[in-house]
Amino acid sequence: MNLIRGFATTIKHLLEEPVTVQYPEEERPVRERFKGRHVLKRYENGLERCIGCALCAAACPAGAIWVEAAENTDEERYSPGERYAKVYEINMLRCIFCGYCADACPTQAIVLEHEYRLSFTDRRDAIYTKAQLLEPPPSGAADTPQQTEPGQFTRAIPEMEDPR
Amino acid sequence: MGLTSKLGEMGVITVRLEDAVNWARTRAMWPMLFGLACCAIEMMSTQASLYDLSRFGMELMRPSPRQSDLMIVAGRVTRKMAPVLRQLYDQMPEPKWVLSMGDCASCGGVFNNYAVVQGVDEIVPVDVYVAGCPPRPEQLIHGIMMLHERVKQEHISDWA
Repeated sequence: MNLIRGFATTIKHLLEEPVTVQYPEEERPVRERFKGRHVLKRYENGLERCIGCALCAAACPAGAIWVEAAENTDEERYSPGERYAKVYEINMLRCIFCGYCADACPTQAIVLEHEYRLSFTDRRDAIYTKAQLLEPPPSGAADTPQQTEPGQFTRAIPEMEDPR
Repeated sequence: MGLTSKLGEMGVITVRLEDAVNWARTRAMWPMLFGLACCAIEMMSTQASLYDLSRFGMELMRPSPRQSDLMIVAGRVTRKMAPVLRQLYDQMPEPKWVLSMGDCASCGGVFNNYAVVQGVDEIVPVDVYVAGCPPRPEQLIHGIMMLHERVKQEHISDWA
């Protein structure tokens, strides 16, 4: 009797569909809150959200982020406020994808998106520059640097909708 | 081309020797597991049935260097472990490749201190670095596919 029960279990498992994900052809979607490669975001008018404050670099436990800020002018404006990130580099081999940079960012400029295919044949390729991290401007908006009117973008951090 | 056209009707395929050898090398690249930390857990789950590395001819994950082609360094390598890793690498037969899995093996990651080797490429030549802390199984498979592409481009003149 036990023998029949044992074989029944075996036959039941023989008829099951295989669970294997055929990865390079078929991809399993990641979770909504998965933390993958970083993306630098923009406002609707095409200006960069990043204001070069380097709070992300201060919050990073691995020291993977390097920010160099420069001054904005109304003729060449990259972001609202006084300063923008001239150099923004993340070493993907140092980054541990904890998301502290996204938590520390006062303008929600840096977001960990769902891209995870990060393999390199050289360690120098792992340092992502600002041009690689910055998302393209939204449709209809101009790329930075933009020429703006004086006094239009004096505030670096947008006003809170519900300040408490 | 003359040989191909003459033998074409007889059902014979001719390929270059390096293409055939590189094809064989990529289709049966036995890994030597070097699981040192949490990345090893993801390496195990890559080996398990959900991602199933044996689809790429890598079903034998064994800790014996003399039967291995690919060393997957998964986890942080301490200064005390480094001579052991180098010795095991030296015991592997040619041709051999090294895949550095995860941040700690690739460049020290979050452990920037005196006890941890800042990148396993200080002691062994690394072919592919896989970022992630730890990398998803897909990321490791992506790194392995990248290594396969690299192996396919090797030439007969590079063979020692």
